[in-house]
Amino acid sequence: MDAVTQAPGLFSAHLLIDVSYLLTAFLFIMGLKRMSSPVTARSGIVWAGAGMLVATLVSFLYPGMSNYELIIAAIVLGSLVAWWSGKKVAMTDMPQMIALYNGMGGGAAAAIAAVELYRAAYGNVAGAAVAHSPVVMTLAVIGGIIGAISFSGSLIAWAKLQGVLNKTLRFGGQKFVNGLLFLGSLGVGAIVVLHHGADPLHVTAIFVLALLFGIAMTLPIGGADMPVVISLYNALTGLAVAFEGFVLGNAAMIIAGTVVGSAGTLLTQLMAKAMNRSLANVLFSDFGSGGGGTATAVTGSMKAIEASDVGVMMAFASKVIVVPGYGMAVAQAQHKVWEMCQLLIEKGVQVRFAIHPVAGRMPGHMNVLLAEAGVPYDLIADLDEINAEFETADVALIIGANDVVNPVARTDKSSPIYGMPILNADKAKNVIVIKRGQGAGFSGIENALFFLDNTRMLYGDGQKAAAELVNAIKAAG
Amino acid sequence: MTGIVALYIFMLAAFTGYEIIAKVPVILHTPLMSGSNFVHGIVLVGAMVALGGAVTPLEKIIGFVGVLLAAGNAVGGYVVTERMLEMFKSSGARKKPSGGGH
Repeated sequence: MDAVTQAPGLFSAHLLIDVSYLLTAFLFIMGLKRMSSPVTARSGIVWAGAGMLVATLVSFLYPGMSNYELIIAAIVLGSLVAWWSGKKVAMTDMPQMIALYNGMGGGAAAAIAAVELYRAAYGNVAGAAVAHSPVVMTLAVIGGIIGAISFSGSLIAWAKLQGVLNKTLRFGGQKFVNGLLFLGSLGVGAIVVLHHGADPLHVTAIFVLALLFGIAMTLPIGGADMPVVISLYNALTGLAVAFEGFVLGNAAMIIAGTVVGSAGTLLTQLMAKAMNRSLANVLFSDFGSGGGGTATAVTGSMKAIEASDVGVMMAFASKVIVVPGYGMAVAQAQHKVWEMCQLLIEKGVQVRFAIHPVAGRMPGHMNVLLAEAGVPYDLIADLDEINAEFETADVALIIGANDVVNPVARTDKSSPIYGMPILNADKAKNVIVIKRGQGAGFSGIENALFFLDNTRMLYGDGQKAAAELVNAIKAAG
Repeated sequence: MTGIVALYIFMLAAFTGYEIIAKVPVILHTPLMSGSNFVHGIVLVGAMVALGGAVTPLEKIIGFVGVLLAAGNAVGGYVVTERMLEMFKSSGARKKPSGGGH
């Protein structure tokens, strides 16, 4: 909180900065508020963007700043790369892109902490200490540690979802090592606080240990759990930003960072709950990569069906519920599926899309993918809305979804997914499953739905199968 | 700004964040996470101040990296959030599927 108290002659610049930050905070909060309804969501990001623009421009007026050419160069460079990558990324890859941008924010917060702490440390060496209160030093250290963890952890999360890194590293005593890294980072941080910066080596050690902890903590987490982890890092970055805001006496950073910190924490809990897991379970267990369990064996056989038969069945149905999963998006089948549904709607069939909270790679991701294909959001229903409707549906069409429609989650107490809320597709009169082969799902759990008497399997690639269905429906007249 | 005032800000902002998210439908979770990801891009102003006050080469390097990363967070977060939200349309307002983009 030092920068603002000097140079009384420039009071008006301070006033302008303070008022602008207040406006920014208002625009951020209103923007997020508008983003919470589909009708106003689009304008929400524009409001928040305006807030960011105001804050950035006015920050150039800070008294006593130099290095303007470096600041502008860094902003231009960072913006161009991010703009280009953000425009280019496919909708299916959105989760890891969010992870990447989030990691950058964490890294920036850590960089702010590093500048402050190194300044204090080198000040000690030179015998001309920059006076920071212990409270400010503590906040700088904690914010720096959180930011560094979020930075390296997000990069690992990105690498895993992007497929750059696909091994899940585990070894005995891993939790012990992780704990040691974290406590080590905190311990050195405490020394730095107590000795006002100690020496530069201590400062370096804090960040190295925190970065290593972020990597080590994220590596053992399986791909299926990654969205929850990304959401957690999002919240952590917010918190780190808020802490560094305290250090710099910057109200805009405190407000925005804290709002994201608390909103992100809630969002993380909602996601974990939708997957029927506790956050601790996600972070410290091995489920996500198919550690599996010993569930009761499923008996019966899978019965295949031809696309032409499915086409006729749906064309003469009165209600069809489509259950899309991430497999559909991977096959890029959403456009064909929507084309098929439009044909059905023209024939007077009632069509709904049933979205499980964790369909896609994070909650709401499937909605984005369907929106991209042009499906209006009022045809899309979430779990609570749609589950009672399966009983009245003639056909439930499962495409690329697996665990989220597995009835053992309701019935088999020994199954690892027991208790997870599922879509009750098995209650429909006919269940059609579009599936590439006979293997088990992402979690490695056998799906009892595939073996039911009212279930038929339509084998094949999602996009090809959907195209066949389009033709079959047209042929059905 | 005194410490206690900062704490008041912290507390009120925490409640605000909680309240904003509490009533959000699942369909908007991903865009909202992306939107909140954009909002913590405000770290850019802090990074600017840090680099603006940097004196030694080490401070300048770290500050430069900080501003670079923060700008990436802010701009990238904005672009992807805007792209996602742009696609949300009801039956009434919908015109053409996907394509569009920029």
